[in-house]
Amino acid sequence: MSDLMASDLITPDAGEPPLLSINEVSILKAAPLTRLSLRLREASLKAAGSAFGVDLPVLPLSSATADKRAALWMGPDEWTLFAPENTSQSVVSDIEGKLGAEPHSLVDVSERSEAIIVSGQRAAWLLNTGIFVDFSIDTFPVGTVSRTIFHKSPVMVWRIGDEAFVVEAWVSFMDYVSGLLVQSASELSAA
Amino acid sequence: MLLVYCPYCKVERAETEFSCRGEAHIARPSDPSQTSDEDWVHYLYMRSNTKGIYAERWRHIHGCGRFFNAVRDTVSDNFLKFYKAGEPMPDLEALAKEAGK
Ligand SMILES: [Zn+2]
Repeated sequence: MSDLMASDLITPDAGEPPLLSINEVSILKAAPLTRLSLRLREASLKAAGSAFGVDLPVLPLSSATADKRAALWMGPDEWTLFAPENTSQSVVSDIEGKLGAEPHSLVDVSERSEAIIVSGQRAAWLLNTGIFVDFSIDTFPVGTVSRTIFHKSPVMVWRIGDEAFVVEAWVSFMDYVSGLLVQSASELSAA
Repeated sequence: MLLVYCPYCKVERAETEFSCRGEAHIARPSDPSQTSDEDWVHYLYMRSNTKGIYAERWRHIHGCGRFFNAVRDTVSDNFLKFYKAGEPMPDLEALAKEAGK
């Protein structure tokens, strides 16, 4: 399987120079996007999915994408929803309108985190310098998403291609995460 | 490092993604206003602190965020079972026998 339909949501931030650009791997800041944290019960799954425009995935660590939409499984009753920047209001009102009084929580967390795109043939290797997760394609196929920990910072890793990952961290931790990644990558050019 | 299996994410992950929250299956007194000080002390502080097979609460704090329970041999640090919160405590003696204890 090749790339997900993530390319219309996750795009490099045109105004930012690459954090790292070598043959084996590159790190690019991703452009801002709308992030929503959604929690609800099983009975509301269908309604929320149809209001958002993509079915909420129920398989652990999986994701679902559609045109300008992504829904990421975070836990058995928790999803992160991605939509283009500045569409938060309309997406929220769509979902709220459909869910009505059904118990749920929908919070705009767009500004909480930042994303970088780590791609290239050594992308998984580079992430493994700080993450104890098996990123081989069989155990972590394209579309897999997981919160985990990078050294001492909580991160979310979403595989959007065979050799491409989105790594999200809280805004104030991103310098730490991207800085350590860039530093670790210097090993690749040392030889 | 311990490897811990999360029954919600259905994956085995490094211990660093989890936090251990002590003995499992400690029921909060159902009628707090009728509970004596001694019983509160027992509920809040007294733990069996078993040497051997022990059921404890874990949280996948840097993952799905869920609490679940695990049976661990506190001598060898081997995990014998992982199960979701709300499921009954497994038969610890049977697990111990299975593990050859
Ligand atoms: Zn989990």
